[in-house]
Amino acid sequence: MAKQMHDTPMLDQLESGPWPSFISGIKRLAKDNNIAVDLLGQLETSYETKKGYWKGGTVGVVGYGGGVIPRFTELKNEDGTPKFPDAAEFHTIRIMPPPGSHFDSKTLRSMCDIWEKYGSGLICGIGQSGDIMFQGCSSANVQPFFNEINELGFDMGGAGPAVRTSMSCVGAARCEQSNFDEGRAMRTLVNNALDDLHRPALPYKMKYKVSGCANDCMNAIHRSDFAVIGTWRDDMKVDQAEVKAFVENKGRKYVIDNVITRCPTQALSLNDDDTLAVDNGNCVRCMHCLNVMNKALSPGDDGGVSVLIGGKRTLKIGDLMGTVIVPFHKMETDEDYEWLEELGTEVLDFFAENALEHERTGEMIERIGLTNFLEGIGIEIDPNMIAQPRTNPYVRMDAWDEEAAKWEERKA
Amino acid sequence: MAEAPRMPDEIGVRDIQEFLHPVMKKNYGNWKYHDRPRPGVLHHVAHSGDEIWTVRAATSRQMDIHQIRELMDIADDFAEGYVRFTIRSNMEFMVSEESKVQPLIDALAAHGNPIGGTGNSVSTVSHTQGWLHCDIPGTDASGAVKALMDEIIDEFTHEEMPNRVRLTSSCCQINCGGQGDIAINIQHTKPPKIDHSQVGNVCERPTVVARCPVAAIRPAMVNGKPSLEVDEKKCICCGACFPPCPPMQINDPEHSNFAVWVGGKHSNARSKPTFHKLVASGIPNNPPRWPEVSKIVKQILAAYKADAKDYERMGEWAERIGWPSFFEKTGLPFTKYHIDNWRGGRANLNASAHIRF
Ligand code: HEM
Ligand code: SF4
Ligand code: SF4
Ligand code: SF4
Ligand code: SF4
Repeated sequence: MAKQMHDTPMLDQLESGPWPSFISGIKRLAKDNNIAVDLLGQLETSYETKKGYWKGGTVGVVGYGGGVIPRFTELKNEDGTPKFPDAAEFHTIRIMPPPGSHFDSKTLRSMCDIWEKYGSGLICGIGQSGDIMFQGCSSANVQPFFNEINELGFDMGGAGPAVRTSMSCVGAARCEQSNFDEGRAMRTLVNNALDDLHRPALPYKMKYKVSGCANDCMNAIHRSDFAVIGTWRDDMKVDQAEVKAFVENKGRKYVIDNVITRCPTQALSLNDDDTLAVDNGNCVRCMHCLNVMNKALSPGDDGGVSVLIGGKRTLKIGDLMGTVIVPFHKMETDEDYEWLEELGTEVLDFFAENALEHERTGEMIERIGLTNFLEGIGIEIDPNMIAQPRTNPYVRMDAWDEEAAKWEERKA
Repeated sequence: MAEAPRMPDEIGVRDIQEFLHPVMKKNYGNWKYHDRPRPGVLHHVAHSGDEIWTVRAATSRQMDIHQIRELMDIADDFAEGYVRFTIRSNMEFMVSEESKVQPLIDALAAHGNPIGGTGNSVSTVSHTQGWLHCDIPGTDASGAVKALMDEIIDEFTHEEMPNRVRLTSSCCQINCGGQGDIAINIQHTKPPKIDHSQVGNVCERPTVVARCPVAAIRPAMVNGKPSLEVDEKKCICCGACFPPCPPMQINDPEHSNFAVWVGGKHSNARSKPTFHKLVASGIPNNPPRWPEVSKIVKQILAAYKADAKDYERMGEWAERIGWPSFFEKTGLPFTKYHIDNWRGGRANLNASAHIRF
């Protein structure tokens, strides 16, 4: 039996209704867990006063500099003692799941058992950066908790100015749109940068995210400094018998309205015999027609990735999306994955050396210009990197002839 | 002598292969197509002819260990011992025989986990920490999301939207929750209140000055002590100065409001990815059920459902019909605050004679 529950009239109202309630979960923990009892007390206070009461600090584990998000209560009695002492220290520990967040029941049970011993019993599956987050640990229990999780075979996630935990889509594991081994690519990038993940010493955060196709289920283009997006280079595969079956089932009008005219580059047309003509040279691999005619259309065989750099959310100069720096690279052999690893290192090193404090990669590129960034990491320019050429004339173009010659040479 | 501390084993990310359902492992990279026998269920067929069914269930995101253990009992008794989390905190259970699908659905439903979130549905809201854990939250994202999903659960369990709808919620404008077809974010609306007696002791002043996106902070002497001051006209109340300098309190229970943003799109399907745009603000932060937020979200969902064409995402719909019609059809007021005046904001103005009458 845990201590007496606090009255929580407001939180109680989050127990009604059909959607699963996190409050019911915390209450269940509170039956034999004082941390959960006091967490409810503090949370109810927040609901009453509409104020948050956590502040940061420094808590970590031996050998690493990051991965624990320290939280200390600011709700104090007159004499300075915490109002809710059993939740006065309520740290979150970020742990990296396998790619695609796949688990077997045994592993999740082991995690629950370890967390029952040391923490609040509250687990967030999963955070928006992909961690499985263990929420609510006292300072003293952080180390023993981590020791056991680490012995179970899992490692700390990223926090602070560091390489962050990464995510990859379900991809090859269960998706027909996959163009490469997303799990391997994600693991290659992160495991290559472990020192910078565990020991925060970068100007600011660096996020890698991996999606197997342009549907970008992992939100990589918006939300990662280094987005890997699957694509293909040869022709998409068309099963004309399935196309005909689809047209027969849905009707010509449906196919014209929802497939043919929705193609952003007008690369599709429906033949008189209800087969599909694809202008592959104009297809931008947007995925729309493949999504709709899932059984009939598939990505080509020559699979690989596009890499986009510099996506981020609001702070500090507003939202930025990733910019293409590699339009295509084949992703098949060990050498291809080594290439990706090297590119990851180049970008990380350049960021570490050139970004200002608290500046993300995208902001750095805005400040120094894409061409300087590309020179820094040793990548050649490509017209796929731009939406349109420059419109302002305020620039010196003294070396035009040399640059034009370089282009001709590359073409030759 | 004290024992030497245990040094961490720098394992990194584990290999995905160790955690895959055997059918997924066997057919890794060799899937042919999928269909959806019903909302919340995916059916994937591999080139080998193997099949796998996935049942997608909602969770409360912050789960207690008892709930996870019970879900693992379901995974063992009714599925085949494997699960995965989606990016929106749904839990997916995989089975290799169609006959196992309905019993699994029944077990999950009995446990209180709705089945859905696939195809053209409203999936679970991806959200942030809120009062439960962050240090600058204006609200409790978990609570606001629970209250909202109670109201629109039918759109989770059915696939009746023109295209998929992805919601996000964030407890400040830093917006850890990210872009969404509808993003529901709290806004701090007043500059930080500064406890000048503390700033000199607690804050590295140059770091704080550097954090401000609008250069509103400058070092100052206040009452003979080193402190910071904020140009309140410039300040956009983002709260970025609080984490490095807690005496700059941004939380303001009275004046924090919800704002709703529309048209964020991650996928490249058809149109390029887009950011979400402001459509409503000044919505009361009214725990524990935030009815005013749910009302506006429902208004937007209803207008989209009624008017958008098949496969149009919310932002694509707004762009096709034009933003003036969007405000008309959703019944939301258009104000001067909808007009962008941030860096590069002119790109969002209409530089054409394209006008609908
Ligand atoms: C002040 C303390 C902050 C706290 C407690 C906090 C908390 C979090 C948490 C728990 C996550 C999910 C992490 C995970 O899944 O592993 C997250 C993600 C994120 N945070 Fe914060 N955050 C804070 C400040 C910031 C700041 C200053 C930014 C500024 C840009 C920011 C931007 C983001 C973004 C963009 C994501 C989502 C990234 C993604 O999708 O990968 N956060 N935050
Ligand atoms: S991003 Fe593409 S490959 Fe990955 S899960 Fe989504 S649709 Fe499948
Ligand atoms: S993938 Fe997109 S661009 Fe390519 S043909 Fe299909 S709809 Fe058109
Ligand atoms: S959105 Fe703001 S308040 Fe919420 S977790 Fe992120 S930084 Fe904290
Ligand atoms: S709240 Fe934001 S804009 Fe205002 S002073 Fe702080 S950092 Fe600057």
